[in-house]
Amino acid sequence: MDIHEYQAKEILASFGVDIPPGALAYSPEQAAYRAREIGGDRWVVKAQVHAGGRGKAGGVKVCASDQEIQQTCEGLFGRKLVTHQTGPEGKGIYRVYVEGAVPIEREIYLGLVLDRTSQRVMIVASAEGGMEIEEISAQKPKSIVRATVEPAVGLQDFQCRQIAFKLGIDPALTARMVRTLQGCYRAFREHDATMVEINPLVVTGDNRILALDAKMTFDDNALFRHPQISELRDKSQEDPRESRAADRGLSYVGLDGNIGCIVNGAGLAMATMDTIKLAGGEPANFLDIGGGATPERVAKAFRLVMSDSNVQAVLVNIFAGINRCDWVAEGVIQALKEVQVNVPVIVRLAGTNVEAGQKILAESGLPLIRANTLMEAAERAVGAWKNDLTQDTRMRAVK
Amino acid sequence: MSIFIDQTTRVIVQGITGKMARFHTNDMLNYGTRVVGGVVPGKGGQTVDGLPVFDTVEEAVAETGAEASLVFVPPPFAADSIMEAADAGIRYCVCITDGIPAQDMIRVKRYMYRYPKERRMVLTGPNCAGTISPGKALLGIMPGHIYLPGPVGIIGRSGTLGYEAAAQLKAHGIGVSTSVGIGGDPINGSSFRDIIQQFQEDDDTQVICMIGEIGGPQEAEAAAYIRDHVTKPVIAYVAGLTAPKGRTMGHAGAIISAFGESASEKVEILTAAGVTVAPNPAVIGDTIARVMAEAA
Repeated sequence: MDIHEYQAKEILASFGVDIPPGALAYSPEQAAYRAREIGGDRWVVKAQVHAGGRGKAGGVKVCASDQEIQQTCEGLFGRKLVTHQTGPEGKGIYRVYVEGAVPIEREIYLGLVLDRTSQRVMIVASAEGGMEIEEISAQKPKSIVRATVEPAVGLQDFQCRQIAFKLGIDPALTARMVRTLQGCYRAFREHDATMVEINPLVVTGDNRILALDAKMTFDDNALFRHPQISELRDKSQEDPRESRAADRGLSYVGLDGNIGCIVNGAGLAMATMDTIKLAGGEPANFLDIGGGATPERVAKAFRLVMSDSNVQAVLVNIFAGINRCDWVAEGVIQALKEVQVNVPVIVRLAGTNVEAGQKILAESGLPLIRANTLMEAAERAVGAWKNDLTQDTRMRAVK
Repeated sequence: MSIFIDQTTRVIVQGITGKMARFHTNDMLNYGTRVVGGVVPGKGGQTVDGLPVFDTVEEAVAETGAEASLVFVPPPFAADSIMEAADAGIRYCVCITDGIPAQDMIRVKRYMYRYPKERRMVLTGPNCAGTISPGKALLGIMPGHIYLPGPVGIIGRSGTLGYEAAAQLKAHGIGVSTSVGIGGDPINGSSFRDIIQQFQEDDDTQVICMIGEIGGPQEAEAAAYIRDHVTKPVIAYVAGLTAPKGRTMGHAGAIISAFGESASEKVEILTAAGVTVAPNPAVIGDTIARVMAEAA
């Protein structure tokens, strides 16, 4: 789960990481008021969306007056910010963070991640702050400093000092850097984060170390023990179909194609998408309905897949292991009676009692296209979609 | 021989009184697995379907001589249960539970390393379908009837995609020595490399099939190991060619977040290491049959 910059800053500040003075606003007027409260003569207005690359996309602006803040905010609120991370549809701006501008001496990249190779928390830092980590590792790989945390004892101060010295931080600021790194690690550890990123972490002209931007991602599997983090979820930043799926306990990722997929198991779901592509089509979604394919889950899945108006055919691929194909077939039929599906439906069942399942589908009287193998299913789905497309064109021509 | 389990392995089920655990315990017994008891704290002294229940794994091991454990405990308590098994001297543990926090798994792995190698427990999973040595024993939730006994060792992250491969093999009349699910989580007990090493050393396994997916470094690690140490033919499939970058595809670990983690990059790395890669999931069985015919 992602949170906003201002929320991440609040959390990090509570662990001893210094941040510039700032405040949240829900309207242009409030933003100007916040700036007066903060004081000073230069402020940074930052659109709060769950995506990186806000600066380049015009979501971060430096302002020098009340009027400028108000004008900038009028241009931001209600708009969709499109960055390289949001996709073409962008993410809505409903909150703005106003921050007092600080004199920047140098910029540092700091990230904490779950490193899958060492299977530990890893600190990644670079003196080349401001750039994204992908760019840094491509262009200045030698500037990257890494340290892994021994889980039994946690991050040690000497590791923090090592990082500070390798980054060339003024020795007078070492203690502050240690406090910052320890704060980030404790926030990561205590809130079950999967990522903390401060880019840039800045050293100011007046010798402070401040988090100028902050990003935190949390482990969805650990939210059960962090109700205060769960409350920070902002559905306005999520794909509405994915939020709906998550609320129903289904795992869904929307894509750009036309062939909807309903599959049990994540690996098989990805494999099904790959086969559709190989057969000349494009999958409309990833959807894992879980190992057991109960009729309720299949019905929910159809509703979800059909809510995507791009879907022109639906491929159901279920490998019945513990449950049986005849039972899954009945579930599919029941679902199709409950949910209006006006596109071709291709069903491929495999596993236990497959013959009985096929028979039930054949005798249902529903216009289902059946397939025996994964490849056959994908080819028939692509065929049905293309056919549908020509019919569609024909109908438009008649009109 | 097979790896990890056979008909003689004494098995306990942690969390045996749960509905799913009971169902699968019966399934395992019907398959011929030597299930000797279960563990549920506070329910010691009871019996479930004729099996004794113990309060602690330590007690279960002392009373039954259990060597292997299946963890069916809900996510908040699963990590603790795995560590309990490791401490009690369990030799092999399969954790089925999906949804264990990643930092809990970091602690589990650190904890397991406190034991010297000769008595360190092997863990596979979490978030996996389990392990089966066809015709001998089943430690997990997979449907036993889709596996024939035979020479192919299977390792996979995904449950149902592994079933798909086994069913394709069965259609060819080809059997499996052992099939091991390593699970879809980012921090897991055993990696592809760990299991491939076991198959390389197992006399009954002649061919190794690995079913990978996007995300994480473990397929690439396995490729390096295969190149340097494996003499048996290895066939692979990697799911997720159409998966977008930066999105979690169902499994917590199935996310492309770094270089080398996409399906096409993994296919390239495996191919370079001499692995035969099945171009699509519908031909995993065909590809293995072809490689076996060539090797014969």
